[in-house]
Amino acid sequence: MNIYVLVKRTFDTEEKIVVTGGVIQEDGAEFIINPYDEYAIEEAIQVRDAQGGEVTVVTIGGEDAEKQLRTALAMGADKAVLINTEDDLDELDQFSAAYILAEYLKDKDADLILGGNVAIDGGSGQVGPRVAELLGMNYVTTITKLEIDGKTAKIVRDVEGDSEVLEAELPLLVTAQQGLNEPRYPSLPGIMKAKKKPLETLELDDLDIDEDDVEVKTTTVEIYLPPQKAAGRVLEGDLSDQVKELVNLLHSEAKVV
Amino acid sequence: MSKKVLVLGEVREGSLRNVSFEAIAAAKKVSGNGEVVGVLIGDAVANLAGELIKYGADRVVTVEHPHLKQYTSDGFSQAFMAVADQEQPEAIVFGHTALGKDLSPKLASKLQSGLVSDVTDIEGADASALFIRPIYSGKAFEKVQVKEGLVFVTVRPNNIAPLAKDESRTGDISSISVDITNLRTIIKEVVRKSTEGVDLSEAKVVVAGGRGVKSEEGFEPLKELANVLGGAIGASRGACDADYCDYSLQIGQTGKVVTPDLYIAAGISGAIQHLAGMSNSKVIVAINKDPEASIFKVADYGIVGDLFEVIPMLTEEFKKLLVNA
Repeated sequence: MNIYVLVKRTFDTEEKIVVTGGVIQEDGAEFIINPYDEYAIEEAIQVRDAQGGEVTVVTIGGEDAEKQLRTALAMGADKAVLINTEDDLDELDQFSAAYILAEYLKDKDADLILGGNVAIDGGSGQVGPRVAELLGMNYVTTITKLEIDGKTAKIVRDVEGDSEVLEAELPLLVTAQQGLNEPRYPSLPGIMKAKKKPLETLELDDLDIDEDDVEVKTTTVEIYLPPQKAAGRVLEGDLSDQVKELVNLLHSEAKVV
Repeated sequence: MSKKVLVLGEVREGSLRNVSFEAIAAAKKVSGNGEVVGVLIGDAVANLAGELIKYGADRVVTVEHPHLKQYTSDGFSQAFMAVADQEQPEAIVFGHTALGKDLSPKLASKLQSGLVSDVTDIEGADASALFIRPIYSGKAFEKVQVKEGLVFVTVRPNNIAPLAKDESRTGDISSISVDITNLRTIIKEVVRKSTEGVDLSEAKVVVAGGRGVKSEEGFEPLKELANVLGGAIGASRGACDADYCDYSLQIGQTGKVVTPDLYIAAGISGAIQHLAGMSNSKVIVAINKDPEASIFKVADYGIVGDLFEVIPMLTEEFKKLLVNA
C-alpha cells in the first residue's frame, strides 16, 4: 500500500495571536503539526501496519517545517518530503498549494492519500479535495473511521454530528476528523530512528512547476484582531435573584431571547 | 460591474437551510446590480424554487435526478457543473456547511478558480470587494481579495443577515436534465446523532458544558435548557476528552466554531482553545463556580455558582418567560 499524508506546520493551539503591522508575529511562537493532520498520520501508520507498504509525509513550506516532518517520522512514517517554496513564492493560496501537491503526487501511484480536514490556521479545508480533483481521484472528507478491505475502503464520516456510513474504492483521498483515532506520541527509539529516515527537499524546479502556474487566485490584503470584548457583568445577590435578573437582561437588554 | 451570481440552495430533510437565504443576501452584495440565480440539486426539489425567489433570487435553475437524492461530491458536482456551463456565472456563493465544504473545493478546482471559504462579512461589491473571514479559528480575521477569475465564496451560517421574505416576488424557474453517472462513493447508511435536531453550526442558541458537568448525565440539565430555548448542545474539549459527550459537540480551535446569538457556557473554564471557537458569539453567558475562570473575561453576563443549581433555575425562568411571551 502506497500511502501519502499531506501535513501542515501550524501555530500551537495554545498560542495567542499577535498582529504587528498587519503581519502575524511568529517570533517565539510554538509550532506543531496541524492537529487534524496528526490524526491523518496516525491513521496512515495504522493502515500500513495492517496492510504493509510505506507512508510518506509531504508538506509545503520553508526549512522550519523539517521539524514537524521529523516528528511525523518519529511517530512512524517512513519517508518525508519538504516542498520548499520559500525562495520561489511570496504567497500561496489553496489553488497554488493544491497545484504543487498534485504535481508532486501525480506520478506516485498513491493508493491512499490522507490529510486533516482543515488546518487550524487558515481554516479553509480546501486543499485535500482540490488535490483529489486534480489527480482525478475520489475523496471523502471528515472521516471518523476507516477500514481497508482489499481495494475497498469502508468509511464513517461526520456530517455535522450525523454519521454517514459509506464505501469507496481505492485509490482514494480522505481527510481526518477528530475522533478518527488517538495519535501516538513519538517514542524515544522512534525519535532516534527518525534522524536516519529519508527527508527529501524539493523545489518548484524539481517538479517542473513554473511560477506562473501557481500564481495565487486570492490574496490577503489585511489581517487584524477581533475587537476586544469589554468585560461583562458578573451578577450579584441571591442566586435565584441573579437567575431572574439574567433572564430579564437577556430578554430586555440583549434581546436574544 | 454587475455580476451574475449562482447560489446553491441547500436542502435538508425537504426544506431549505437558513444559510441558503443568507447566501442569497451575500450574492446580492457580490452581484452589484447583477442577477442572482438560485440552483437546486436533488431528486425532488423544484417545489422549493419559489422560496429562493421570495428570499431574493431572481430566478432558479433546478437539476433533478434519482441519483441526487443523497449528496455525493461526484453527483452534485456533475449537476452543478451543468448549471455553471449553461449560466457562465461570474460569482458563486455556497453556505459553509458540511456539504458546502465538501463540494466547493472540487468545483473550484474544476473551474480553476480561487475559493474564499467561511466568509463572515463582505465589504464593497465590485471587483474590489473584500471578503472577511476568521483565521486561527477566530483568534484573528483576514480580508481577502479575489485577484483573478471567478469569485467563489462560502458563507458561514448565522453571520450575514438574510433579506426579508417577499411573498410577492416572482421569477423564472427552469430545469436542466443531466445524466448523473459514475458515482464513486456509495452511501450505505446515515446515522442521525444530533438528537434534538438543532444543528450546532446554525443554532441561534448554544448551551455548552465543560469539565464542570462531571459526567454524561451531567449534560441532562443543559439539554433541558437547550430544548426550552430551541438551542443546540455544545461542549468544551475537556468534556469531550473526559468522554462526557461525543467529539461532534466539541467547540474550539479543534472542533466547531460557532457564532450564535446566545452562548451559555456552563462549567467551562475558558481555555484559549475553547474561546477561539465561541468568543465571536453575540451574547455570552458564563456560569462557573470559580470567579477567576477566564470564561468571565469574554462573557457579557456571568453568574458565579454551581451549574447544577443555576441551570435548572434558568430553565424554569425561561419557561415562565416564554409562556408569557
